[in-house]
Amino acid sequence: MTSGPENTEQQSPEQTPSSEAAPSPLVAALQREHPEWVREVVIAFGETTIIVPRENIAEACSFLKTSPETRFDFLADICGADRGVEEEPRFEVNYHLFSTTKYHRVRLKVLLNEEDTHVPTVTGIWKTANWHERETFDLFGVIFDGHPDLRRILLPDDWQGHALRKDFPLRGYEPYSLK
Amino acid sequence: MGLENVIAEALPEVLTTRLDSLINWARKSSLWPATFGLACCAIEMMNATSSRNDLARFGSEVFRASPRQADVMIVSGRVSRKMAPVLRRIYDQMPEPKWVISMGACATSGGVFDNYAIVQGVDKIVPVDVYIPGCPPRPEMLIHAVMMLQDKVMKESVRDRRDIPEDEAREAIVPGTLPITDGSTARQNTLPESRPYTIASRHERRRSN
Amino acid sequence: MSSVTIPPQFEIVDRPLDTQMTISMGPQHPSTHGVLRLELVLDGEMVVKATPDIGYLHTGMEKLFEYKKYQQGIVITDRMDYLNPLGNNLAYVMAGEKLLGLEIPERAQTIRVLMCELQRIGSHLVWLGTHALDIGAMTVFFYCFREREKILNLIEAASGGRLTPSYFRIGGLMMDLPAGFDNRCKQFLDDFPAALEEFHKLLSGNKIFQRRTQGIGRISAEDAIDWGLSGPCLRGSGINLDIRRANPYSSYENYDFEVPTEPDGDVWARYMVRMREMKESHKISTQALSRLRPGPIKADAPKVVLPDREAMKSHMDALIHHFLIVAEGFDVPAGEVYHPIEASKGELGVYMRSDGGPKPSRVHFRGPSFVNLAALPVMSEGEMVADIVAIIGSLDIVLGEIDR
Repeated sequence: MTSGPENTEQQSPEQTPSSEAAPSPLVAALQREHPEWVREVVIAFGETTIIVPRENIAEACSFLKTSPETRFDFLADICGADRGVEEEPRFEVNYHLFSTTKYHRVRLKVLLNEEDTHVPTVTGIWKTANWHERETFDLFGVIFDGHPDLRRILLPDDWQGHALRKDFPLRGYEPYSLK
Repeated sequence: MGLENVIAEALPEVLTTRLDSLINWARKSSLWPATFGLACCAIEMMNATSSRNDLARFGSEVFRASPRQADVMIVSGRVSRKMAPVLRRIYDQMPEPKWVISMGACATSGGVFDNYAIVQGVDKIVPVDVYIPGCPPRPEMLIHAVMMLQDKVMKESVRDRRDIPEDEAREAIVPGTLPITDGSTARQNTLPESRPYTIASRHERRRSN
Repeated sequence: MSSVTIPPQFEIVDRPLDTQMTISMGPQHPSTHGVLRLELVLDGEMVVKATPDIGYLHTGMEKLFEYKKYQQGIVITDRMDYLNPLGNNLAYVMAGEKLLGLEIPERAQTIRVLMCELQRIGSHLVWLGTHALDIGAMTVFFYCFREREKILNLIEAASGGRLTPSYFRIGGLMMDLPAGFDNRCKQFLDDFPAALEEFHKLLSGNKIFQRRTQGIGRISAEDAIDWGLSGPCLRGSGINLDIRRANPYSSYENYDFEVPTEPDGDVWARYMVRMREMKESHKISTQALSRLRPGPIKADAPKVVLPDREAMKSHMDALIHHFLIVAEGFDVPAGEVYHPIEASKGELGVYMRSDGGPKPSRVHFRGPSFVNLAALPVMSEGEMVADIVAIIGSLDIVLGEIDR
């Protein structure tokens, strides 16, 4: 079993006592069964983040939902983020999972390049992912393959562009006029 | 609406002023708002109708859900770009005479949200009669605005609001290009000294004496 | 003749030879609690399919956060779930404190709990008033708002704003409670159980209300978890889950309260859960009020928290800190957090990502109403149009939180 590299992203004064060599139990099952799905594990601010390759996200979520050690049956949130126009990879999609029986949380992260923003959908695993993925598509342009109804949800249907990208100006491109 | 116009055109001038004050008194005392609560200001509008600050005392007895039965549209809350055509449509569905109160900073000018999603001021879409600042304005401010609108209604003439032909009513009004109706009050251009547009509150008036 | 073309989404398609009609309910509708549009496919009076169409109040708040410093963003969070602004403030502020690693003094935590629970009662009162109004009981609306005025007066006394208080800051509170606040609060808390009893008398025993809410809008426990419901909607289906117990924050673990659940999963169950929650919030508020002790209200972090006015006027370093915090903001270490709280509508989560500057890189609010509304089609299949109104009322949605 490969122990995932346990690096912390910054030197924050409030560091959780996670400097023990054994990885946290949340990722232990995943690392034991499918170590190729775990690219990196980050533990900071009392939270665990697993960076998963894009192709395996649906399988990893399904495993985490059914595995008896983790039982992540509640998808709290799917959140896209734009790291910056110059960054490589540019986009990331965060999946926040929660267990209603064990009360623990984990974050799965998928990193995407600007040219290829396709991610397999997790709508088959949790039905609540439907609207979250529509929102991420609407605001960032991340396309979820296999989504039953991928269309805009917050912005008007004929809107051009994706609003929360860093290169979209705050005030939009033109002021509103009725014509 | 039609009956008042017919009577107004039939009567000589001196009687029309009497008719004006009667009709305006009737209109201002029963301004029924159309429910157009969008966001947080809608909650303050609901507070204004609740028992503590009672808007029904001033004639706004019911908030009609259907715009066809409403007199005044209180736009309370931020108007997003997706909502703007709907707002215009509801305004067009209201029959004359109609007024618009723009409640809150977001409806007046975009408020805190100077970004891609919010229309910067509802007067880009509909003509507004009274603006209320605040985020959200207190219910007492809404009541003050309704009273200001009542004063504005009292100054109108029944000749101002004729039945407009269909085409004009359906077109969007670009700001700055409102047609000048044949309104006697619109041509005067002078504010009568006794009743200014901004009504000072009681303690301000007392201070000026 | 007319120069205006009707946009396609507003078209009403009425095929008289078929039995199904597609009709649009909203966005301007008295019972949709905001600008929500439902596309209903009706077979007579029965709803075959109900699809929510949201976005009519989209404000671009998440983009605005990236352009404002952390303290400036607190003002925007008020406008999100505008019935529970202190809850939004708390979620955002606690996410910032998690990133910074601040330790909040006890008095600040107690006051936060007190204000949040008062806000929860206020939010549930609006829910009750509008829900009952939609079902037909108009008197309850006025009674609820009468009680809510007292709560708004208390919040206004503490923070200056009735509906948009922005009372919390990263590191503590904006300012301390005014003198005489605990007397007024105690008076309200003493009078509230009688008012709650009055609501029960008006509604809970009313046969019409029971017939209109029992058995309507059922959702099973497995479906509820699968659809991500949280808060009273989840507890109304029998799942005992409360973030205040599961992931406690802001000293909630020290308070003694029950988590009400009901097994049925229909509108009546959610109604009973919220009524009992008001009682529990009252209990927590009374405990919090009795625990108030004098003490500091801001964390000990001079680079993040504004100093006292007296110190600022007399000490040079306090003045410099004040100037730097207000003019440039404080730098937050790079990282990301997700902090969930139990808002009055469910799990309100804030995902905050910082690149190490004075402005956040991404702030995302997981609004509970956004997720709860997605389950509306499941709840409303086979119900009648009049029941849709009851179901929307029981979901307790606030469009500001859905559309952000």
